[in-house]
Amino acid sequence: MTEVIVSIFLIIGAGLSVIGSIGIIRFPDVYGRLHAATKSATLGVISIMIGIFLYFLIVQGLFVGKFLLTILFVFLTAPVAGFMIAKSAYNVKVKMWDQSTQDDLGRDLKKYKQHEKSQ
Amino acid sequence: MLYTIANVCLVLMALSIAVLFIRVIIGPTLSDRVVALDTIGINLIGFIGIIMLIQNTIAYSEVILVIAILAFVGSIAFAKFIEGGVVIDRGDR
Repeated sequence: MTEVIVSIFLIIGAGLSVIGSIGIIRFPDVYGRLHAATKSATLGVISIMIGIFLYFLIVQGLFVGKFLLTILFVFLTAPVAGFMIAKSAYNVKVKMWDQSTQDDLGRDLKKYKQHEKSQ
Repeated sequence: MLYTIANVCLVLMALSIAVLFIRVIIGPTLSDRVVALDTIGINLIGFIGIIMLIQNTIAYSEVILVIAILAFVGSIAFAKFIEGGVVIDRGDR
């Protein structure tokens, strides 16, 4: 029974990692690739670590807190790293995909500049 | 049963890291390469975790934590470097 649960967690994790890397090779611009990298790869690694934590807890009887700490750390820091990379890429004007239709940050920056000029 | 599935998952993670390495090589801009390298660091955590399950030891648990921390700090440093060429600034630029 334990083996089945751990196997399900491992398969989910490896599948999500493969889906994330396919997304990174297939998406057309940096922002779409960040979307693939920060969501699916992070969830895949979290799922694999949950499976390994359960394996060592139930089969071996060892409570390894470092796995839980790793899960918490990855869960907290991967979105922050993705946000920083996206902000730096936008600030050095990396081009968006030519078929993308929405650019909220660019619209807001334009409005802010007009507001500053009128004052 | 569990070890067969763990070996299959190890092969899948290796394939995933190889595909990400293609993006590191061909990426048009520096931001693409940084995204792919960050994801390689995150995938390496799962890779070493599955190796721990196959070898039935918890000796590499510190290695996982150190790789997680180094991947995060490296990504932040690269993001700051892309933006202005300065890693640590005082916020007055």
